[in-house]
Amino acid sequence: MTAKRILFLTPGIIFGIIAIYFAVGLTKDPSQLPSVLINTPVEQFQLAAIKGRANADRAWGLENTDFHGDVALLNVFGSWCISCKVEHPFLMELKRTSDVPVHGIDWREEDPDAGPAWLKREGDPYTLVGDDPDSKGAIAFGVTGAPETFVVDRNGIIRYKHVGPLNRDIWVNAIYPLVQSLRAQ
Amino acid sequence: MVAEAGHFALFLALFVACAQTVLPMVGAARNNAQWMDFARPAAVIQFVLVAFAFGALMHGFIVSDFSLSVVFQNSHTDKPLMYKISGTWGNHEGSMLLWVLILSIFGCAVAVFGANLPPALRARVLAIQSFIAVGFYLFLLLTSNPFSRQIPVPFNGQGLNPLLQDPGLAIHPPMLYLGYVGFSMAFSFAIAALIEGRVDAAWGRWVRPWTLAAWGFLTGGITLGSWWAYYELGWGGWWFWDPVENASFMPWLAGTALLHSAIMVEKRDTMKGWTVFLAIVTFSLSLLGTFLVRSGVLTSVHAFATDPSRGVFILLLLIIVIGGSFALFAWRGPTIRNTGVFQPISREGGLLLNNLVMTTAAAAVLLGTLYPLFLDALDGDKVSVGAPFFEAVFIPIVMPMILAMAVGPLLGWKRADLRFALSRLRLAFVLSGLIGLATWSLVTDGPFMGVIGLTLAAWLGLGTLVELAGRIRLFRVPFSESLSRLSRSPRSSWGMTLGHLGLAIAIAGMTGAGSWKVESIQTMSPGETVNVGGYDYTFMGAEDGQGPNYSYTRGTFTVTRNGQPVVTMHPENRRYPVRSMPTTEAAIHSLFLGDLYAVVGDADGSDGSYVTRLYWNPLVAWMWVGAIVMVTGAAVSLSDRRFRVGVPQRRKAELSPVAKT
Repeated sequence: MTAKRILFLTPGIIFGIIAIYFAVGLTKDPSQLPSVLINTPVEQFQLAAIKGRANADRAWGLENTDFHGDVALLNVFGSWCISCKVEHPFLMELKRTSDVPVHGIDWREEDPDAGPAWLKREGDPYTLVGDDPDSKGAIAFGVTGAPETFVVDRNGIIRYKHVGPLNRDIWVNAIYPLVQSLRAQ
Repeated sequence: MVAEAGHFALFLALFVACAQTVLPMVGAARNNAQWMDFARPAAVIQFVLVAFAFGALMHGFIVSDFSLSVVFQNSHTDKPLMYKISGTWGNHEGSMLLWVLILSIFGCAVAVFGANLPPALRARVLAIQSFIAVGFYLFLLLTSNPFSRQIPVPFNGQGLNPLLQDPGLAIHPPMLYLGYVGFSMAFSFAIAALIEGRVDAAWGRWVRPWTLAAWGFLTGGITLGSWWAYYELGWGGWWFWDPVENASFMPWLAGTALLHSAIMVEKRDTMKGWTVFLAIVTFSLSLLGTFLVRSGVLTSVHAFATDPSRGVFILLLLIIVIGGSFALFAWRGPTIRNTGVFQPISREGGLLLNNLVMTTAAAAVLLGTLYPLFLDALDGDKVSVGAPFFEAVFIPIVMPMILAMAVGPLLGWKRADLRFALSRLRLAFVLSGLIGLATWSLVTDGPFMGVIGLTLAAWLGLGTLVELAGRIRLFRVPFSESLSRLSRSPRSSWGMTLGHLGLAIAIAGMTGAGSWKVESIQTMSPGETVNVGGYDYTFMGAEDGQGPNYSYTRGTFTVTRNGQPVVTMHPENRRYPVRSMPTTEAAIHSLFLGDLYAVVGDADGSDGSYVTRLYWNPLVAWMWVGAIVMVTGAAVSLSDRRFRVGVPQRRKAELSPVAKT
């Protein structure tokens, strides 16, 4: 086999490899929940409040016990995360239009002022926000990237995980129906 | 009954397509003229049958026949007629039907306009076109039947996704598909050439206009999509490196490379194997684009059909079409011989550089788009590769090409004098440097990449104008002679000038919009004023109203600059009761240097305060203007009579058996 033949064979080989990945990819349900922590209680964590957002009557900005009592959303964001900026207007809309509390984890900020400044600029859609520079809260939820949004039921059990920017479609078709059924339980 | 007739027409089209795949191919191999000629009427019949099926589905939408489940899921009696019609392709089944309709239009065009093609080549091209069509007919009939009925018949439909009820998005899919499917022509010609073992100038001359047309449509389609995202999604963004966007961008990049390498085949009889490869790659990426959107193999923000069972079918189709053509390429490709030789510094060298950059860029986008899939397949981790990756990788790849793009057209074929070409660009160099410095001094706080981007855009634009001035010998001969040279210069070189100029304008727009955007989100009560980007927006309040099938809140802003009135803006926030989904209609006022962009959100309390988002989006209109100039370039180039008249003359000259390798 000459070098020229090998050269002409390369595109076919590369396509073959991609096709194998596609085949594997098709076996996976895209809506499947990728986290192993689904249907498990949120592990214990305590996060300090981000700057300028501390409450006098609370020791922490966000802790696992905050998820007891009502069905709530948890949104993982960061001022460094571009996709978070994409979903942000929708979170702001949720704050105005829905009664579901949305808590935030400000994840992996290098500068403690960056998150608060970002919320000031973009608007603050959160009920409670915890500062999570070293991923303590993120580990409790099994976060793999930002943005991610979780639905936690009133007993503090993680019920749903959405990876990537939240939008109206996901809210209308998946999250809101789930929240309603969890509330009805 | 109409729907059943449409369904039946699709079956008939499948049978015709099967015959059209087999008979002409065998006929071409056995030199049987009758079998070869079967392809032409068959292609026309296929078109008529698919057009009938498409018309039948459209009829279902127009008369709101809710016994068709596609119509039920995507339409509603209250919807304006225009969106009932566009609803035909605003869903998975209908859009696939549109896909085959366009494929059959192109097949029909070869049959009708291809009178001067060599009969064997024409027969093979039509057979391959038809082979692709067979795959898509089967896909439609087996997995995505647009004519499936449901009982009982619902009283009314579920309505079209409100985001899709928009004039821009109504024509976006047809444009995009004209581009995607248009590349099937280059593909069919490439496969036919591999089977014949022969690629010649006449081949290049045939492939180029089809590629150009497809490229023009794709450019238009991508721009429309981007424009839609800009004004409809309401956060002033226009490109998100979303998998669906990437799916249309990759064929564009590869198609741009193909466009340029086909020139070399036509004019210089070189780079033939590479051009065949690009033709296969471009159409493969178009198919992949369809696959990525339809199968759910990658989930995306605006995928509207995800169904893995369809994915399995499309994957098989991809393996047969793409895998098969690459196998053929590996087998027959090495026999293609090039006769043209050239030095690295030459027009060919410039075109080659374009090709390398474009394919590298397409590969980078492909990698970024598929990377989450690779990772997921390996260890089940879902990650998303966002804009930072694409920007970090894509921009450095493309930058040297923009530098070279101003130089390439000044180089002669075969061997050129780089120093001479550069000396002609002295003025362009100085002026673009000045523009860069001026930008830098005006916007000191913006990213430095913005300054570089504008400088490059100026360099490319001015360089293109220098080439044009040289061609018409501006200021060297009397002005009237320059004008007559201008009117006599071939349309295809006009196409190049407009294409490159359009890109320069678009790059300036992208740079401006990406670098110096100002945004401000706040609650405003009536009478309150906010300054954004040097303009004062005074909120005059908002009122509720009723549209044809939605209710709206319309805000009013009066915008002033230094006390001088500029414009009054009316952004809307619409609610469609059928889907209970709100949409934002941003108010946009385009100025030479940028867009004023206002969005009104929901009421905040009952004192008449509203959440508002105000943006200053610099140079955004330049992107749309640049794209229009590029598409115009493609259209002008297509009207070149050499494309129409030249082919038979060339063919006579080349019918001698020498060309067979």
